[in-house]
Amino acid sequence: MKSRILSFILSLIAWLILTWSVDWQHLLIGLLASIFVSWAVGDLFTENPWKFKDPKRYLWAVYYIIILIWEMIKANLDVAYRVVHPGIPIKPGIVKVRTKLKSDAALTYLANSITLTPGTFTIDIDKENGFLYIHWINVVSEDIDKATEVIVQKFERILEKIFE
Amino acid sequence: MRTLRWIIGLILFVGLLILNLTVEMSTLLRVLNPLIISCFLCLWRIGIGPTPADRVVGIDILGILIIGFCGIFAVFTKYDFFIDIAIAWALQSFISTIALAKFLEGRAFDE
Amino acid sequence: MSETIGLVFIITGLAFDFLGCLGLVRLPDLYNRLQASTKCVTFGTCGIMVGIFIMNGFTGMGIKALLCAVFLLLTAPVSAHAIARAAHIAGFKLWEKSVCDKYQEDKGKG
Repeated sequence: MKSRILSFILSLIAWLILTWSVDWQHLLIGLLASIFVSWAVGDLFTENPWKFKDPKRYLWAVYYIIILIWEMIKANLDVAYRVVHPGIPIKPGIVKVRTKLKSDAALTYLANSITLTPGTFTIDIDKENGFLYIHWINVVSEDIDKATEVIVQKFERILEKIFE
Repeated sequence: MRTLRWIIGLILFVGLLILNLTVEMSTLLRVLNPLIISCFLCLWRIGIGPTPADRVVGIDILGILIIGFCGIFAVFTKYDFFIDIAIAWALQSFISTIALAKFLEGRAFDE
Repeated sequence: MSETIGLVFIITGLAFDFLGCLGLVRLPDLYNRLQASTKCVTFGTCGIMVGIFIMNGFTGMGIKALLCAVFLLLTAPVSAHAIARAAHIAGFKLWEKSVCDKYQEDKGKG
């Protein structure tokens, strides 16, 4: 039930941003649409609603967004250098890394941020054993521990504080 | 051979950049031209792509470029319904790419 | 002033869009193409959207552009991941100069 209420509030906020004007017609349609959405798929939204109460998680989320934007800028300069260089200096391969995260949301955000950061790109997740398969455009090390240290850890410790 | 092709590409790029900056036209067209050239590069990949998966990648990227088109139209013509089209296109292009990926994997759509 | 800053953001975005599509044409195999094009084109289009937001400020259009950038950041990596996984399962090979393929080894075992 708490999950349904949370999804109702979030979809109403998204609707208000999307229309960006408050009069009663927009509000009425938005209320009806949000009630429909939370009735239809609201129970899939989250499994543990108590995580939304903790204000520390939101501060960590802001920090995570800043780190993500900085890493994205680095990633794009790196890829742009590899594309315009005449010799195309790449050394691709698929490596395997280990992760400690367990919940679905945390794994999804970890995979997304790995895809958006320098030279790495998630191909598959093995959720039971906690492995990620990653395509790396410039393989530094094939060893699982070294690769985990280079690719995963800078995001893992932030995402652990947000989602776990 | 590869170095020669790189130099020809560089000359073409610089020539097109100078043409874009000097020929008489409106700001909208000046901003739109690089996007049109990017779309043609995507179409080239969709045309010659050696495997079906390459073509799917081309279609995905073309969808994201069209969102950029809609944004630029909105800001230079001051009609803000173009942004609504961009949002709808972002969601629809995501769903179509997921469907194509499923098709590529060899599964049925309702599985 | 805000017009100029917004235009700078839009032009940066256009440059990254172009570089991403160049990567789509130049790089040797499917996975590398997916890397370059997804990263650069997503970042470029988000740059265009942030430029529109700076030019218009907190009006309807600016907020919608920002929302569009957020949607794009959430959906583009997921669709790229879906394509890569489907292509690997369907058996499209990596480039012949690739260093290692741990995923293929694990799939062979299991």
